[in-house]
Amino acid sequence: MAKVWINDQEIELGDDERLNGIQVARRAGVDVPHYCWHPGLSVVASCRMCLVETGSKNAETGEVSMMPKLVPACQTPAKDGTVFVTDSDKVKHARAFVEEALLIDHPIDCPICDKAGECYLQDYHFEHGQKERRADIKPFTSRRRPMGETVTLFVDRCVMCTRCVRFTREITGTNELMTVQRGAHEEIDVFPGFPLENKLSGNVVDLCPVGALGDQDFLYSQRVWFMKTHNSVCTGCSTGCSIRVDENQDEVYRVRPRENPHINKWWMCDDGRYGWRYIHDDARLIGPEIQNKQDANADSGANGDGPLPGPMEWSTVIAKADEDVRAAGRLAVVLSPYLTVEEAFLLCTYAREVDSQVLIALGPVPQLGEDETFPSGFTIHAEKAPNRRGVEEVAASFGKALSFEELLPKVAAKEVSAVWVTAGYPQANWIDESAASQLAKADVLVVQDIFDSPLWQAATHRLPSATFAEKEGSYVNFANRLQSVPWAIRPPAGARSEGGVLWRLLGRTGLYQAKQVLAEVTREIPYFRAAADGVSEFGIDLTIGMLAEA
Amino acid sequence: MPEFEPVLLANIGKTDSHRRSVYESGGGYQALRTMLKDKSAEDVTNLVKESGLRGRGGAGFPTGVKWTFLPKDHPGPIYMCINADESEPGTFNNRILMEDDPHQVIEGAIISCYATRATTAYLYLRYEYPLAYQRLQQAIDECYEAGYLGKNILGSEFSLDMYLHRGAAAYICGEETGLIESLEGKRAWPRIKPPFPAVEGVFHKPTVVNNIETLACVTHIAARGADWFKSIGVPPDPSNPRDPGSFGPKLYCLSGHINKPGCYEAPLGLTCRELIDDFGGGVWKGRKGKAAIPGGISMGLLTEAEFDTPLDFAGPGKVGCLGLGTAAVVVLDDTVSIVDFLHNSCRFFAHESCGQCTPCREGTSWSLRMLERIKAGRGRLKDLDLLLEIGDTIGIMPGTTICGLADGAAWPIKNAVRKFRDEFEDYIKRTNPDGWMVTEPVEALEATGIH
Repeated sequence: MAKVWINDQEIELGDDERLNGIQVARRAGVDVPHYCWHPGLSVVASCRMCLVETGSKNAETGEVSMMPKLVPACQTPAKDGTVFVTDSDKVKHARAFVEEALLIDHPIDCPICDKAGECYLQDYHFEHGQKERRADIKPFTSRRRPMGETVTLFVDRCVMCTRCVRFTREITGTNELMTVQRGAHEEIDVFPGFPLENKLSGNVVDLCPVGALGDQDFLYSQRVWFMKTHNSVCTGCSTGCSIRVDENQDEVYRVRPRENPHINKWWMCDDGRYGWRYIHDDARLIGPEIQNKQDANADSGANGDGPLPGPMEWSTVIAKADEDVRAAGRLAVVLSPYLTVEEAFLLCTYAREVDSQVLIALGPVPQLGEDETFPSGFTIHAEKAPNRRGVEEVAASFGKALSFEELLPKVAAKEVSAVWVTAGYPQANWIDESAASQLAKADVLVVQDIFDSPLWQAATHRLPSATFAEKEGSYVNFANRLQSVPWAIRPPAGARSEGGVLWRLLGRTGLYQAKQVLAEVTREIPYFRAAADGVSEFGIDLTIGMLAEA
Repeated sequence: MPEFEPVLLANIGKTDSHRRSVYESGGGYQALRTMLKDKSAEDVTNLVKESGLRGRGGAGFPTGVKWTFLPKDHPGPIYMCINADESEPGTFNNRILMEDDPHQVIEGAIISCYATRATTAYLYLRYEYPLAYQRLQQAIDECYEAGYLGKNILGSEFSLDMYLHRGAAAYICGEETGLIESLEGKRAWPRIKPPFPAVEGVFHKPTVVNNIETLACVTHIAARGADWFKSIGVPPDPSNPRDPGSFGPKLYCLSGHINKPGCYEAPLGLTCRELIDDFGGGVWKGRKGKAAIPGGISMGLLTEAEFDTPLDFAGPGKVGCLGLGTAAVVVLDDTVSIVDFLHNSCRFFAHESCGQCTPCREGTSWSLRMLERIKAGRGRLKDLDLLLEIGDTIGIMPGTTICGLADGAAWPIKNAVRKFRDEFEDYIKRTNPDGWMVTEPVEALEATGIH
């Protein structure tokens, strides 16, 4: 057990812990300011903001011998007996000097800078900087140039921490960004004809401690202090990156990765980062509808009678759907891989209650290309759905599940007379005409979806549903890691999350409570048992529970 | 002055002194033969260690000790990097050796590689030496022909390849880890240490980095022995237990306002005044000296009153300079404005700062812009304190940078402003009669209009 001193605090380190000065100080509740150091990148120790005094304490005599010069905390390992002093006058002077130096050429255009409010240069200036400007130098104006399709560089705001350069070298292995020029003329740039063009490019914006790298998607759309941040999970692929959703008044403006050492580390891909716009698409389905079978068939012609006129109440539609499903006889349900674990469980529970012989099928799982792995190990999966594993395991606990393709002929052959389909695919074309027409053979066809589709047109009961940002619940990624997240925004008026609808169908009162459902799931299904004692923000590895079972 | 026989420059001036035949006719490569035949690698390392040879590149680290930092029993390869990126203003001693006596250097390099078990040597030459480039390449080719380089040198087990690599003209490439990065094809940003090059250097392998003149000295130590080397120079200061002494001959570069500028060989410990008067024929045009750079611009300034400082590894430090550096003395006569001198110095370091560490990148540029303003007649007395604060803050010695470039930038500022403060104050008062006394903070910046 190594003992380390931070100022006058004693910190104990585990035997296999290898921490630097910044990390141990953080453990003591002491913030050592830094720009260039990032836990996911190599150490360059060049910004010199993290300078501290260090020394060692002799275990026997208790005598402390300090090194005469300052050292960068990021580069100084904490060993048994190491002493770090982070608040001496010498340290404060060095920090103030670095902060002042960084501001010499900085345009100080905070009023028009996207980073303002979450900018390290701002924060550190107020905490560690000089009280007055001593450099009688007019900075450059804020020049900017695009680095690629996603990121724009505001040249003079840069503090040359080179995090972005190291990112493209060490994490993506694509090497687009580099340093050009020398000394105070240094700039980040790309080689002509080789723009910043990789599937993780947006991460450099998060990495940038100042406002130098701007996200072209987010730029000028919202001041950061107006937004509220919610933990969430990216539903773009089966990696299930932990993310943060930044919203203001139910409007999402930005999605960023959330540190999770078990899944995505500090990163997320651009597909996920920029792939959420569909949640605010004008084509989102709104308002539940009921259409009787004859009308639906007539509607497929040119000028049918159309759906029942006028907006309908959710309570009416839910009650009618319940009534019609129960009246129809044999039932089949389709579990979308976009459902949360809780929603899948509620749907299966309901279906089993209606028909003990219910056919449970898994919805189509979109596949796109091949898995793509970067040198750092970050993988974008070809499986473009967030919760295949979770839904599969829920379905399996209710008996043998069918594939979507296996279900279609059974419906067409009238083996079942009611089908409940959950969808929620961001891809509008998730189902084709022929599959839809086979499902349309059912007398009662309930569809929960977010976009129009041939199936939606054929449905008798149309229940507009919610996207990932609008629902709480749990997802299980490709590696059996379950993450539970809250909702970030409310669904648009007229849409309701699958969980909320099913909660009501099962006769439960009050608001839909995913936590309560997850507790039931962990009791009922052994696969989920590891989640019984709560789920941390990093999620929980369900294989631990599976091993215990075995 | 005691009798002293030049050895490093002994061949200079002979016809075709850069050819192998001329070098061999003077006994060249005999030392290599003896070392390979009679001595083990440890013997050679110990010989160099005993001689007290200290690196001639500027820092003055004991060469033999540096070699012993290499990991023992390393499976190899071990690399030798020969630092010929001689970029310190005022310095041209390596140039003379490379252009006019390259074999002396190469023999020392081969002996050093033998001692360190290096099997590949890279000679990193600054771009601006085209003649040295031609002659070194010719010399290396001649050595391959003669079997001094290549497989099983002179019938021994020892093999060595030597490559001549041309830099792209940047001061920072002379810093040993900057040189290594540059050699690997990267931007010459000095590395953070540890690991030191001896443990992990070029291509992640143990690496020795030595200066051209250091290797030339190795040749003579091998030929004449450690005792001969120790008989020249200055013994350790008994009152300073950390002083390993300054032994051996040294090439002094003398330039500036001097009657006979040139490269002169003398024992370490020669005073600056002896160098100026005895070798350089005194300050030019009958003028008086005002100041001198003791060993390259980064070492600071000696005032005329400090000219009796001995130019050994310990001497210049005693009068507030950074050190001996490359022993390149540049003399300024009494017509020179120290403000101009410092402006020129700041311009150099702002231009050459690699830009990696904030204090150096911004500090060098800030001091240059302050000097530019002072020279434009808008200086204030408080600028001098700010200059000194920058000078005292940046550098590897206060710990605020990765390499020593910032110390080199800081020393001229510190020395010039502290030793010639009156002159700076007079200059500012004279050129800015209305504003020299202003102490108010700088006005807030106008918002920049863009986008």
